[in-house]
Amino acid sequence: MYTFKHGVHPDEQKELAKDKVIKVVKAGKVLVFPVQQHIGAKAKPCVKAGDSVLVGQIIAEADGFISANVLSSVSGKVTAIENRLTVSGQKVESIVVENDEKYDAIEGFGIERDFNSLSNDEIIKIVKNAGIVGLGGANFPTHVKLTPKDPDKIEYVLVNGAECEPYLTSDYRLMLEETETLVKGLQCILKLFPKAKGIICIEDNKKDAYEKITKACSSIANIETAIMKTKYPQGGERQLIFAITGRKINVSMLPADAGCIVDNVDTVVSIGNAVCKSTPLLRRIMTISGDAFNETANLNVRFGISYKDVIDAAGGFKTNPEKVVSGGPMMGIPMYDFDVPVSKGSSALLAFTKDPLAKSKETNCINCGRCVSACPIYLLPTRMYKAAKKDNFEEYIRLNGTECITCGSCSYVCPARKPLTPYFSYMKSAVRTYLNNKKEKENVK
Amino acid sequence: MDIKLNVQSSPHVRDSVSTSSIMLDVIISMLPATAWGILRFGLNAALVVIVSIVVAVLSETIFNIIIKKPNTISDLSCVVTGLILGLNMPPNVPLFIPVVGSVFAIVIVKMLFGGLGQNFMNPALAGRCFCVISFASYMNNFQSTMSVDTFTSATPLIVLKNGQEVDLLKMFFGYIPGTIGEISTICLLLGAIYLIVKKVIDLRIPLVYIFTFVIFIMLFSKGNTTNVNYIMGEVLGGGLIFGAFYMATDYVTAPITPLGKVLYGIVLGVLTGLFRIYGKSGESVSFVILMSNLLVPLIESITMPAAFGKDGK
Repeated sequence: MYTFKHGVHPDEQKELAKDKVIKVVKAGKVLVFPVQQHIGAKAKPCVKAGDSVLVGQIIAEADGFISANVLSSVSGKVTAIENRLTVSGQKVESIVVENDEKYDAIEGFGIERDFNSLSNDEIIKIVKNAGIVGLGGANFPTHVKLTPKDPDKIEYVLVNGAECEPYLTSDYRLMLEETETLVKGLQCILKLFPKAKGIICIEDNKKDAYEKITKACSSIANIETAIMKTKYPQGGERQLIFAITGRKINVSMLPADAGCIVDNVDTVVSIGNAVCKSTPLLRRIMTISGDAFNETANLNVRFGISYKDVIDAAGGFKTNPEKVVSGGPMMGIPMYDFDVPVSKGSSALLAFTKDPLAKSKETNCINCGRCVSACPIYLLPTRMYKAAKKDNFEEYIRLNGTECITCGSCSYVCPARKPLTPYFSYMKSAVRTYLNNKKEKENVK
Repeated sequence: MDIKLNVQSSPHVRDSVSTSSIMLDVIISMLPATAWGILRFGLNAALVVIVSIVVAVLSETIFNIIIKKPNTISDLSCVVTGLILGLNMPPNVPLFIPVVGSVFAIVIVKMLFGGLGQNFMNPALAGRCFCVISFASYMNNFQSTMSVDTFTSATPLIVLKNGQEVDLLKMFFGYIPGTIGEISTICLLLGAIYLIVKKVIDLRIPLVYIFTFVIFIMLFSKGNTTNVNYIMGEVLGGGLIFGAFYMATDYVTAPITPLGKVLYGIVLGVLTGLFRIYGKSGESVSFVILMSNLLVPLIESITMPAAFGKDGK
């Protein structure tokens, strides 16, 4: 069985929502589309207040090499382009659309297509126009990922079906319910990389999905499936590549440098939908779970719908939660306001009646080394933490702190309850600023 | 919005293991050895252990009151220190010795350096060594006040130094003179297994330590290279098992790097071998661990692990 070294085993809690069939959420009256839902440059709005828009219409265009289109998920009228709060806590320029509930779509929407009849450039163009970004967490524009410097050097296309975050079951449901689209999507990608082998990688806590997919692609020569040990963060790009191919990449490298393209299950399904069904990326599958909800669910949510409406659609809270998280419990964003739109990064909504962190007290580090044994990047988190607390950037860099993937494993195991990961997240940008300043100073000299 | 939410950043879940649960596991692991010591040596041994622990807890409390800091005894680390110190005492020492040892261990070695996690030496061992130096006659007297006739008062290491054979079975099951906690190998191993199962200790340090030590004495102890009785006697005697599994593995004073743990074990094994063969006193484990504690920063600096994919392969 494939796996990586170190990592942690948080309580999986997938039973809560794994058998809930994906249900579509009805959109409300007003939908909000931030122009930045991806890594890279923000998209440039190409509509103005008063314009009519259709389902699938590009309302903000990719601006720059690493950027992605933003599409309207409903038909209606643009009422405003203004700064709106997003789930990250930042205010971002957003296009507000009033839903006319007619769902009139753009021309050609939903028409079946055979990917074999399309050229590689056409496939990449379709992916770009469909606004597809990596739906695993980083939201990196997919069309950029699909155009590496040398396509002939790609040996593996890995479909990331690890879904290693506890509670999350949306990828699992997709693998079961959209098996065919998933395989089609992978075939579309493989068409771009004729020398590559496609491998759909699944953790062993989703054996039924593994078996279903294995069966579905048994007659396809260049697609295989792989089963991996259930361990967090198996779904991390670097951990996945290592588990399957034995190759290691560092923070400054791309998967393509190791001959790999890695795409999340939902990303590949979205490619399948866009290429073979002319349906661009307009929705996110969200897991609704946690003990504060009346009911758990897996929901198909159009982008732009408010989290408030998602909570209502799920049946509301049983009791007032102490903590609500957008995303998984290991890397998700804590929420303080539900009046924010669902966007490309919204993988789940979890609500907990008790926050285990609320009463935990930070104590002295006892040098137990649990963080060292947990770190999938083989770092020394406790030493990095000490350097980070003192803003000792040189020491932090010497300790390879810049390699940290902020997966949260060290914080998870720390018996002294140190806020390790938050400090490392902060250091990511702080080190960059420090190095830029240092360079400037040297240039002045 | 009418609901107040916590917004502490990710991860939002935590493992159940905490500092105090780790310390509790360490205490539980030493209970068999403690019980056996008290059973063998009687009331004074029990008093020594109790006094060590109580004074350790009191010292930490009073120190915290004086420097106006919140009390830290709930992490249970001072109980562990007191217990290890007590188990490192001969059974019939006068009770003022564990008092002095505990105060020294907690106040001087631990709290003055910033409390738990900040000390560069193992507090219990430093306390013991302080007592050995200060009260040598008491600390080296293993004459038990009870059941004198069931065993001789010479420790196995002295017997071995005199070129005689030791009774390995008696050593294994704990029918030998020694400090309260070190005498029964089986009790110590039971506790060690508990610590390994609960994932509290890493096997690298104790195994490399003992293995290196065995190789060293086989190589340098003239005439005893293949003397099984001698080698096993050296391994089971002199608190080596106690030291290797319970004191060399002390988190605070051992290296944190995976390779560093191996190197640390080698250093411990070589130094213990040197002291045992060429030293005058047999009691070397405590001093060796303390000396090696001082080498830890050096060991760590040369064993930094290579980050994942750093070389791009």
